[in-house]
Amino acid sequence: MKNGSRLAALGGVFVAGALALSACGSDNNTGGTSASNAPSNVDCVKGTVNAAGASSQKNAIEEWKKLYAQACAGATLNYNPAGSGAGIQAFTAGQVAFAGSDSALDPEEAAKAQQRCQGNPAWNLPMVVGPVAVIYNLQGVDGLQLKPATLAAIFAGKITKWNDPKIAADNPDAQLPATDIKPIHRADESGTTENFTEYLGAVAKDEWKWEAEKKWPTEAGGQGAPKSDGVVTVLKQTQGGISYVEMSFAKKNSLQTAKIQNGAGEFVDVSEQSVGNALDGAKQVGQGNDLALELDYNAKTPGAYPIFLVTYEVVCSKGLPAEQAEFVKAFLKYTASEDGQKVLSNVGYAPLSPGLAAKVRTAVEALS
Amino acid sequence: MTSEIDVGSRAGVKGGGDIAGRRIGTGRRGDQVFALSARASGILLLAIMAAIGVFLVWRAIPALQANEANFLTEEEWNPNATPPVFGIAQLAFGTLMSSFLALLMATPVAIGIALFISFYAPRRLAAGLGYLVDLLAAVPSIVYGLWGLHYFNTKMDDVGRFLNEYFGWIPLFGGDSVGGRSLLTASVILAIMILPIISSITREVFLQVPNANVEAALALGATRWEVIKLAVLPFGRSGMISAAMLGLGRALGETIAVAMVLSTAAGISIHILKDGGNTIAANIANSFAEAGETGRGALIASGLVLFVITLVVNMTARAIVARRKEFV
Repeated sequence: MKNGSRLAALGGVFVAGALALSACGSDNNTGGTSASNAPSNVDCVKGTVNAAGASSQKNAIEEWKKLYAQACAGATLNYNPAGSGAGIQAFTAGQVAFAGSDSALDPEEAAKAQQRCQGNPAWNLPMVVGPVAVIYNLQGVDGLQLKPATLAAIFAGKITKWNDPKIAADNPDAQLPATDIKPIHRADESGTTENFTEYLGAVAKDEWKWEAEKKWPTEAGGQGAPKSDGVVTVLKQTQGGISYVEMSFAKKNSLQTAKIQNGAGEFVDVSEQSVGNALDGAKQVGQGNDLALELDYNAKTPGAYPIFLVTYEVVCSKGLPAEQAEFVKAFLKYTASEDGQKVLSNVGYAPLSPGLAAKVRTAVEALS
Repeated sequence: MTSEIDVGSRAGVKGGGDIAGRRIGTGRRGDQVFALSARASGILLLAIMAAIGVFLVWRAIPALQANEANFLTEEEWNPNATPPVFGIAQLAFGTLMSSFLALLMATPVAIGIALFISFYAPRRLAAGLGYLVDLLAAVPSIVYGLWGLHYFNTKMDDVGRFLNEYFGWIPLFGGDSVGGRSLLTASVILAIMILPIISSITREVFLQVPNANVEAALALGATRWEVIKLAVLPFGRSGMISAAMLGLGRALGETIAVAMVLSTAAGISIHILKDGGNTIAANIANSFAEAGETGRGALIASGLVLFVITLVVNMTARAIVARRKEFV
């Protein structure tokens, strides 16, 4: 019996340890929020509204809905991070009040969405910006500089040594070792992968011939690790490794980040500021309050960091049932406000640039 | 099924029940109720298995119809692409390879542990040791995964390099870009995970060895090792095989630990020290969250393959056990 109780205690330690550890294994880093973030001047609309869409903005939406509900008791938003495609489908089918999407509606989707909105156009409102950092593990080489073509060649497996002439050409001052380059990618499907591969395809067509997809292209090679946390762990263990994660993960783990050359020929490090600069260079392709953007990965804007993702909220400009429309307007008004955007830095995203945020606020005001 | 035959033959010896070993008992009420409930349990199990099978087939068919590649021979897994392209070849290879290696490593150790506990260890130590080994089974697999990801694969890195350098001439240990996140590492972790189930069942089997056999062997002047060799191991053979097969079942289906340890590089490779490889279960764990309609169907189809593999492995094991039961 004595033996038994001791074993039970030991088992308890195991279980507690497992729980504590598995808590670390999750991909949500919704930490670091405090009561001071609770918004003070928001329009309160009570009710329950459903939304669905991109999982890349899940952490932002979760944080916003929590803070919004703190300010307005009785206001509940259910966001189902089912993916952009599923979100838009649910939106056009009339199942959700708005959708989150990694890309703006294409013409066919826009037509269906207009039908759903009783003949009124649907708008794409950029709301969340996620910078993607290129991280690496190479002792003695800080501030690695990479041209897009070099970056693409590394991830395509065409450059295999760190002292390759192409890397040396980008880094005239660095002492590059002759170690193997070990590219690491996400083993699961991920919006980060989709944006990163889209960027590579846009800026380095000769080196990167694969389509932008959530799943890493098999032929590109490299080794996979599960989720952003897994990528970070493996990178830390892998001398000569290189990978990509959302900026928050790079910052939180104090990893080496590479400076990427933008369209203006500058090597720029990833930061909220440098991504904001890039966002200012994006062209609006939507009409009026439809703020669909065309991201220019070769933007010549000075100080712009080129790899990032923008996720939209797809909403009906008019035509939602009144109580839903009221809630959506009030909620998005909060998320686009300075208070709302400030929250983003805590959960790993970058705020919209002031100019764009102002446009989004105008568009939200015009919802009815 | 084995137990039914067992009971039948035993009943036959005692002179009760008929030869087929079907109808046993006295025909009294208690026996009838018990027979009924036992039969109901058996049928329920079959029904559950059939339901799982039907569900897997049902959900897999649409995805398989949309598939642009040969499901059995294609190595790539990309069911959410347009058009969907996915095949089970690499996953099935990784699953069988890692489980087989795990079994190869775990079985001798598990039998060693069982022999030590049953015949060599001091009484007090034996009980504690038995508990300790069984406790390994209580560790959640995510803990093995985290341990593997954060600690063990860095250690296996050196082991892999060593094996590659000195035993690289064996194809299994050959190849370049050796690393710690390989099929070998996954196999070692799987081996640790299946150790308790094999050792505890083997232990139970060894306890069943008739004392008369052991004492007879001792009386003939056999040493302890000879007793084990002559009386214990032959008697326990079918039990040990069954135990190993149960362990194999767990290794085949293990999800999270493998998903966390393996780096998922593409392609079938016989070089087990290379970073890479993937298994059916690990792929399901990795891909499910972001999978679309077809993707989910494809994962379920892969689950169906795992189901079939497990079934075939277990049936093979049963056949082996049935052929070698001279002692039972």
